[in-house]
Amino acid sequence: MGTTTMDNIDSLGFEQAFAQLQDVLKRIESADLPLEESVAQYELGRKLAARCQALLDDAELRVRKLEEE
Amino acid sequence: MTDDRAYSVTELARQIQGVVEGSLLLQGVRVIGEFSNVRPAASGHWYFALKDADAQIRCVMWKGTAAAQRILPKEGDSAVVTGDVTFYVTRGELQITVTSLQPVGIGDLYAQLEALRAKLAAEGLFDLGRKQPLPPLPAHIGVVTSENAAAFQDVLNVLRRRAPLAEVILSHTLVQGAEAPPQIARAIQALDRSGRVDVILIVRGGGSIEDLWAFNDERVVRAAADCFTATVAGVGHETDTTLVDFAADVRAPTPSAAAEIVSQGWAQIPQVIAGIEAALSEWIDGRLSETDTAFNAASTRLALAAPSRKIAALRQSTDYLLDGLVTRLASSHQLRRERLNGVTARLEAANPLALLARGYAVVTRPDGAAVRRVQDVSAGDRLSVRVQDGSFPVRVERNDGDNDDGQYRLAGF
Repeated sequence: MGTTTMDNIDSLGFEQAFAQLQDVLKRIESADLPLEESVAQYELGRKLAARCQALLDDAELRVRKLEEE
Repeated sequence: MTDDRAYSVTELARQIQGVVEGSLLLQGVRVIGEFSNVRPAASGHWYFALKDADAQIRCVMWKGTAAAQRILPKEGDSAVVTGDVTFYVTRGELQITVTSLQPVGIGDLYAQLEALRAKLAAEGLFDLGRKQPLPPLPAHIGVVTSENAAAFQDVLNVLRRRAPLAEVILSHTLVQGAEAPPQIARAIQALDRSGRVDVILIVRGGGSIEDLWAFNDERVVRAAADCFTATVAGVGHETDTTLVDFAADVRAPTPSAAAEIVSQGWAQIPQVIAGIEAALSEWIDGRLSETDTAFNAASTRLALAAPSRKIAALRQSTDYLLDGLVTRLASSHQLRRERLNGVTARLEAANPLALLARGYAVVTRPDGAAVRRVQDVSAGDRLSVRVQDGSFPVRVERNDGDNDDGQYRLAGF
């Protein structure tokens, strides 16, 4: 983890994207980041949020039956 | 029966016994009353009286019957006693031979329910300390119900709307009838053991109390209580309560409500994301304006420290210095000029040529040395005489000595 780049965001699942989004929030709230890094974190956060939203928008409840063993 | 003949006691007692015990009206009666004089015998039989405000009747409950009862006589308790009226010949007493005991006011089912509830509660199955928290965002939601039940569709409708990213795994089971309890218990256990779900919903739509009875079954209640996975029970309508409600980690009033409860976290996600986005924007704006302020401050300081400004300052001080310098130079020029004039005058005064102009001459030997004394020359020396406008050569005729000053003094014109 922590190696998220802009490129692989579109392949993240909701849980990962959401967890990383929360990480970004934590990071910017805790650390005094240099400006360049701040802007990078901001952009990463926006992309992760958009990814989460897209996954929610496109999601369709899956229903399965538990197979009897 | 003849007119004058007296009965023996025994005969009469047996006569009474025959009448009483032969009367269909007195067999299989149900009597409501309060237990009194309750005496459990060492033999295991129970002796007591059933009474109300105005009367009482003796009762006996044999050991075998007592063992089959959910409740036992307790002084002061009310109960419905079912039994046969008999006549105890030996003591000449009328009594009810009890065949069953039931609590008053609630039906058989409720009595069972209460007894089981009390028993399981005493075991600690319903303790709050056993309750586990529900996962905030369950990705896999197990549902124990009948796939044909309206309740299942209710659950799906709620989850489609609130938790579309989740997956529902149905553990199908009958939900009513004699076969239902073990099936429901197995369905719960199968989901729990599958390790594939984050939470388990145990749901069934509304129905009569008999319809819901399977969810009061001890096997079902224990399966729910022993579940490692967090459970939510939603059985019947809001007013229905079953024992599985007590055993589950969370009790929901209906199947839909159970679905709402497990999807609570999911339902908040859009707002949470919007909140994070807002926080991000606010943060970056703050960060940028901070930087802007810092930049402006730095620019100001930089401008203050800029070379152009220094140059201007330097120029100013240079001007000042130059002014001073010029002034001083001017005055020192003056001074020098004056001094020079003085020196010139003195030089002028010391100019030997001026002396020549006054008629003196300088006599030098060929080596350039000035002739100052008589001894400086010998006869035959060639000397040079310098006068005001030039030089001419001379020769020494003779040198007689040093006594006559005037004789050799060439300078003596």
